[in-house]
Amino acid sequence: MKTLRSTRVAAAGLAAIGLLVTACSGGSTGAEQPVPSGPATGTVEFWHFFADREAKALQSVVDDFQTSHPQIKVVVKSGQDDTKATQAISAGKGPDLDLSYSTDITGKFCSSGAFRDLSGYIARDKVDMAQFPQTVKDYTEFQGKRCAMPLLSDTYGLYYNKTLLAAAGYTEPPKTATELAEMAKKLTKRNADGSIKVAGFVPTVGFYENAPAHSGPVYGAKWLTSEGKSAIGTDPAWKSWLTWQKSLVDWYGADKLAKFTAGAGQEFSADNAFETGKIAMAMDGEYRNAFIKNEHPELKYGTAPFPTADDKTSLYGGGYVTGNIIGISKGAKNPAAAWELLKYLSTDTGALVKLANGVKNVPTTLPALTSPDLESDANFKTFLDIFSNPNSATTPASPNGGAYQVTFQDFVVKWQDGKVPDLDAGLKDVDKQIDSALLLGQAP
Amino acid sequence: MSIDDTAAAPLTGGAARRGLVKSKTRRSARSERNRFAALMLAPALLGMLIFFVYPLVATLGFSFTRFDLVSSPQWVGLRNYRYFLHEDPLVWPAIRNTLWLTVVMVPSRLLFGLACAGIVTNIKRGSGVLRTLYYLPALAPPVATTVAFVFLFNPATGPVNTILGWVGIDGPLWFNSTTWSKPSLVLLGLWGVGDLMIILMASLLDVPKEQYEAASLDGANGPQRFRYVTLPNISPVLLFAVITGVINMLKYFTEAVVASQVASGRANQGEGTATTLGYPSHSTLTFSQWVYQEGFTNFYLGYASALAVIMFLATIGFIVLLLRRSKSFVEGGRS
Repeated sequence: MKTLRSTRVAAAGLAAIGLLVTACSGGSTGAEQPVPSGPATGTVEFWHFFADREAKALQSVVDDFQTSHPQIKVVVKSGQDDTKATQAISAGKGPDLDLSYSTDITGKFCSSGAFRDLSGYIARDKVDMAQFPQTVKDYTEFQGKRCAMPLLSDTYGLYYNKTLLAAAGYTEPPKTATELAEMAKKLTKRNADGSIKVAGFVPTVGFYENAPAHSGPVYGAKWLTSEGKSAIGTDPAWKSWLTWQKSLVDWYGADKLAKFTAGAGQEFSADNAFETGKIAMAMDGEYRNAFIKNEHPELKYGTAPFPTADDKTSLYGGGYVTGNIIGISKGAKNPAAAWELLKYLSTDTGALVKLANGVKNVPTTLPALTSPDLESDANFKTFLDIFSNPNSATTPASPNGGAYQVTFQDFVVKWQDGKVPDLDAGLKDVDKQIDSALLLGQAP
Repeated sequence: MSIDDTAAAPLTGGAARRGLVKSKTRRSARSERNRFAALMLAPALLGMLIFFVYPLVATLGFSFTRFDLVSSPQWVGLRNYRYFLHEDPLVWPAIRNTLWLTVVMVPSRLLFGLACAGIVTNIKRGSGVLRTLYYLPALAPPVATTVAFVFLFNPATGPVNTILGWVGIDGPLWFNSTTWSKPSLVLLGLWGVGDLMIILMASLLDVPKEQYEAASLDGANGPQRFRYVTLPNISPVLLFAVITGVINMLKYFTEAVVASQVASGRANQGEGTATTLGYPSHSTLTFSQWVYQEGFTNFYLGYASALAVIMFLATIGFIVLLLRRSKSFVEGGRS
C-alpha cells in the first residue's frame, strides 16, 4: 500500500514537472505563419556569422540594398553562430533574418520550425528556382520543405604546389586515387631521423579540410538511405576510400604524420602548411585562393578537381559542395521586410557577384556564375567548374544536423590509428550508432 | 510543594498579567526579528529560487522530454536515460576521461600546491618573487594560458621538446598523442596551481609556532613535525581543496576544449567544436563537453538535460562520500 502511494506521489511529481517544463519552455508547436501582404517597410534585424574582411564585404551589399530600398532599415549583427541564433529564436528574441554557415543545420532548422517555410513567399513573388543548381536546392530544403535559400557556396578541390611538382618531374596534378598516392610518396621528403620534412599529401582525417564529407563525392559514396537510415556500412564506396586512406597513412607512419601535422601551423593562419610549402598537395575550399593572395602571394600553385576512386573516373570534375543558408526566423517581427532582403541577397545577380568577389566564395545562381563581372582567374575558375559539375554532391540534410558525419569521422580517426580490427563490423556499428542517434531526435 | 508544582501552579492577579504582557512582548520581538531576518534573506532566497531551484527542476523535467530548443518539449519517459545506458557511444569514454582526470589531477595539484606553499613559506629570501611567479599563470584567463601552454608543448616547434632534444630525449607528442594528452592537461593544471597555493600558504602560516617548538623539544624530526603538527592543523583546508578540486574536475571544460582545438590545428575556424571534440581520438573528451555537444551542437536538449541530472547526482554522491570518509581525518586532526 505504502509502495503504491509512493509510486503515485512520484508519478504525480513527474507529471507536475512535465507540465511545468512544457509551460515554461520557449518552444511552440511550430504552426506555419501566413505570408504577410502589403508593402515591406520598417526595420529588419539581420544576423550573420562573417567577421572582419568578409563582414565588410557583406555590409557593402547590405548598404546597396538600403539605397535601393529606403523604406527598410537593416540592423546588422555580425559574428553570430547557430547556437546563439537557436537560443535567441527559442527565447523569442531572434533576428528577423539569419545567415548560417552550415548546410548541416538545414534539417534541424526546417524540422523544428526555427526557420519559416518560404514556399508562400516564393510562389507569391514568382521566384525562379531554376536559377539554382540542383545541389544547392537540395541542401536548402528538408523533406520537401523549403525553409532556407542559398547565399554563396564553398566548393572543394585539390591545391598543388607547382614548384614542388615540377621539381619531382610532374606537370599535371593527379586524377585518380592511385596517382595521388604515388605522387604523394614521390613528393614527400624526410629528415635524417625519418621524420617528415615535406609531405606530398597528408591523408590524416581531421587534419585541415580532410573529412569524409569532402571525399565522399569523388568516390560516389552515400550517407543515408532513402528511408533516412545510415548507408555507410552497406555502401562499398566508403570501404574503398577507407582502405586507400589507411594504406597511405601506414606508408607515412601514423606517429610521424601526427608529429608533422602538430607542427604544420594553424589552418586559418599564414602558417598554413600548404601556403608555406610544407605540403605539396592538399584538399581545400575555393576560399584558400583569397588566403594565399593575402598571405603568400609568392606561392606558385594550381588547382584541380580532387582525384576520384580508381574505378569511378567518370566522376572526375565533381566535388563536395556546401554553402551558407539564409532564412526568416520563427519569431521574426518584420517577415515582409526580411523576405525582401533575403530575396535581394540570394537572387540579385549584382548583389551575389559583388559578395562573391568580396569574400571569394562561389555565387549560388547560374546567372551570377556566368556574369562577366565575376572576378575569376584560372585557380578560382576550377571551383566554379566543380560547382556546376553534375557529379558534385553535398551531404544530406538530417534532423540532427551533421551529427551523423561526426560519428563517422570519429570512426575513421580510430581506423587510421589502427584501432579497428574488423572494418566491416566497425562500419556496421557506425550504422547502428547513427540510426539510434537519429531515433533519439524523433518524436515519440 | 515541590519546585515543579510551584512552576506548574496557575499565576494569579498582577503577576499573571505581568507574565502575559512580558510573554507577548517577547513573542512580538521574536516575530519582528524573524520578519527582519526574512527580509534580509529574501534577495538571496529569491536568487536561489530563480537561478538554482528553477533550473534544477526544469532540467529534471526536460530530461524526460525530446526537446530541440525551438519546438515544444515532448514527453518521452525514460528514453533519454535508456540511450545513456545502452546506446550512446561517447558517453562512457567521456566518463572514463573525467574520472581519470579527477583521480590524477586533484591529488597532483594538491601535493604540488602544498610543496610550492611549503617552499614560499619556509625560504628566507625571494619568497615574494617565487609567490608571484607561482601565482602568475593563475591570474591569466584559462583560454590564454591553455593556448600558450599548447604552443610551448608543440611536439614539432615548441621549446619543451627542443630543450628535451638537447639532452638527447625524443619528446612525446603531448597534446597530439592519445597517451599523453591527459597527462599534458595535468601539467597544465600544475602550471596554474597558484590559486590553490595561496590558500594552502595561508593555512600553513596559521599553524601555531609553539606547537612546532614543543614538537622539536620532544625530539620530533621534520617529517614527524609535518605529520603530527602541520597536517592536523591544515586538514580542514586540505578537505576544502579536495572537495572543490573534485567539483571542478567533474565539470572540467574550458582547458580541454581549447587544448583540443589548438592542438588539432583547427582553431579560429568559428564553426563550433564538433570536429575537434576531445582531440585526439576523444582522449580529452570530458563529460561536461559531451553535455554541451549534445545540447547545443546536436540540439538534443532533452538528452543533455538527462546527462546533466546524472552529473549532478554523481557530484553529490562524490561529495557525500568524501565528507563521510574524511570526517575522521579532519576530526582526528583537530583532537
